[in-house]
Amino acid sequence: MADVALQPDRVGAAQPARKRSSLQKALKRKSTAAFLMTLPLIILIALLVLYPAFYSLHLATLNKSMQRFVGLGNFEFLFKRDTFWLVVKQSCIFAITAVFFKALIGFIVAHFVHNIPAKGQRKWRGMLLVPWVIPPAMSTLAWLWLFDPSYSAFNYTLSFFGIGPIPWTGDAAWARFSVILVNVWYGAPFFMIMYLASLKSVPDQLYEAAAIDGANWWQRIWYVTLPMMRNIIAITTLFSLIVTFANFDIVRILTAGGPLDHTHIFATWAFRIGIEGSDIPLGASVSLFMVPILAVAAIFILRDVNKRGNEA
Amino acid sequence: MADVALRKVVKRYDDVEAVRGIDLDIADHEFIVLVGPSGCGKSTTLRMIAGLEDISDGDIMIGGDVVNDVPPKDRDIAMVFQNYALYPHMTVAENMSFGLRLKHYPKAEIKARVTEAARLLDITDLIDRKPKQLSGGQRQRVAMGRAIVRNPKVFLFDEPLSNLDAKLRVQMRIEIKKVHQKVRTTTVYVTHDQVEAMTLADRVVVMNKGKIEQIGTPNELYHKPATRFVAGFIGSPAMNFIPCRLEDVGGTLQIRLTDRIAFALPPARAARYNALPRTEKLLLGIRPEHLTESHAHHGPGVESFDTVLDVTEPMGMETLVYFGLDGTPVCGRVDPNAGATDGAPMRLAMDLNNMHLLNEATGVVL
Repeated sequence: MADVALQPDRVGAAQPARKRSSLQKALKRKSTAAFLMTLPLIILIALLVLYPAFYSLHLATLNKSMQRFVGLGNFEFLFKRDTFWLVVKQSCIFAITAVFFKALIGFIVAHFVHNIPAKGQRKWRGMLLVPWVIPPAMSTLAWLWLFDPSYSAFNYTLSFFGIGPIPWTGDAAWARFSVILVNVWYGAPFFMIMYLASLKSVPDQLYEAAAIDGANWWQRIWYVTLPMMRNIIAITTLFSLIVTFANFDIVRILTAGGPLDHTHIFATWAFRIGIEGSDIPLGASVSLFMVPILAVAAIFILRDVNKRGNEA
Repeated sequence: MADVALRKVVKRYDDVEAVRGIDLDIADHEFIVLVGPSGCGKSTTLRMIAGLEDISDGDIMIGGDVVNDVPPKDRDIAMVFQNYALYPHMTVAENMSFGLRLKHYPKAEIKARVTEAARLLDITDLIDRKPKQLSGGQRQRVAMGRAIVRNPKVFLFDEPLSNLDAKLRVQMRIEIKKVHQKVRTTTVYVTHDQVEAMTLADRVVVMNKGKIEQIGTPNELYHKPATRFVAGFIGSPAMNFIPCRLEDVGGTLQIRLTDRIAFALPPARAARYNALPRTEKLLLGIRPEHLTESHAHHGPGVESFDTVLDVTEPMGMETLVYFGLDGTPVCGRVDPNAGATDGAPMRLAMDLNNMHLLNEATGVVL
């Protein structure tokens, strides 16, 4: 529309002042207007995303006192340290296990909620979302008390069955289990609500057609539900993978990376080194290491989504 | 292939009775159409036959076996849905073969059946496409193909043409009829469109408010409706209902429509209605095609009268004329060359040989 309306204007102003008219033209072009209108957002992103990103890149190339440029020296140093590889391994275990169980539990609970009659459904939906809406710093404190080795509700309850006391945060394996458990508890409702929305968008008649075609409940999930939810599952998983990988508060509060660094993940270890150990360039290097790992995951998952985007 | 029988079938939702005791026998190879306005229980009935809805009371039999508690997959039926319900992530061939693959048919047989069905429905070229790449009519064919490859005992159609535009609907209607002529599977077809019902069915079941109003061949329903509902529902434009009463004038039975207009009944009709009390409130049911322009010479039983037209609707092959008789709107069908114009007086003829007389209170055709 706009382009057509501008044409007489362009013809009239073409000959006399060439330079001015081309500036006018540029200003009146649709893309220029669009650029100007998005400029505030671009500036905001530049300030809040690009600047910190490049600044941390810059930081990662400095020495501990931030006086001297050391190039990739920090990374070389990291690669030689066993703790770094321990953190890499733990971050991967933490993120993948937690995301898997969040997705699985979210999927199952979403099915349960989906099958509740509409009248009671809102109530359940609301209650099941509670873990996700409480600030994790607060809820993790509650979990910390539940995990307390001597007074906690968990160990007290288990003592009736002759089990325990379990060192929830004291033993490396149990501590890893505990942080994953709390992360799953906190994150599963997000999956539940995403999957529920996606489930609701699957037409009932597809299930009816499948039922008539002879599919049992498992085949209905495998051949109808999962393919229909593929994109949502992919995007939710990617999103959660990023957030879980970068998780800080739960591990920090529950174990602070202990015992003996056995629950540290990138963010908590970067904090330990950078802030508590006053080696900000090294901390920046640690946190930057997440980028390539997540980028690879993002490329794989999003490529799949794009491929199928036009299907349904 | 099998017959289907419904015995006192009831469907209750909490306190609402959607289907209120239906008895229906569908013969093997028969094409039955359930027709009625929305909310009449026709879709619910179909879904109960499919097993997608539990039945609250009564029995449903397929091939002589009571299937009340048999799940849909074991009833050996196939259903075509209004919105096709094709699996969007599968190709046409995969959609059609899904049921067979679940039942672990040999690959060669699946391929043979899909190819045959695709040929029958003329969708061989589309076999590798996904539903999204198909038009509405093509999707409908695929949905039918999915039903055909299963070679079920019964086909169930739930308003399969409602999502298509008018032209395509006529075309697909013919396709469905052709397919049934070739495959001869017992078919139950639900629609709210009486034209579809009339054109497709061996027998039509007219439903209203959860009950069967009448079962009959299309011609029976059209010419011998049992109730006011059927008379008004079948046929377009709908039958006119004009309040009237019977009177005896000089030994002949007359029907009085207005103070001005009264006609002597033809002898056959007079004999049929003679026993009715003269005080009873009655309705004259007359189809628009039996209200035509008046000619000089009419056969017996055709009576002329003068009226003033309100509106005319030229349809090409005919012109619909609308006028009032004592405030009752009436529609007639006249020749396009009969000179009918809006607001003009016109002499019309009513063919009383094709009249119906209804009890106004009960709606029963007498």
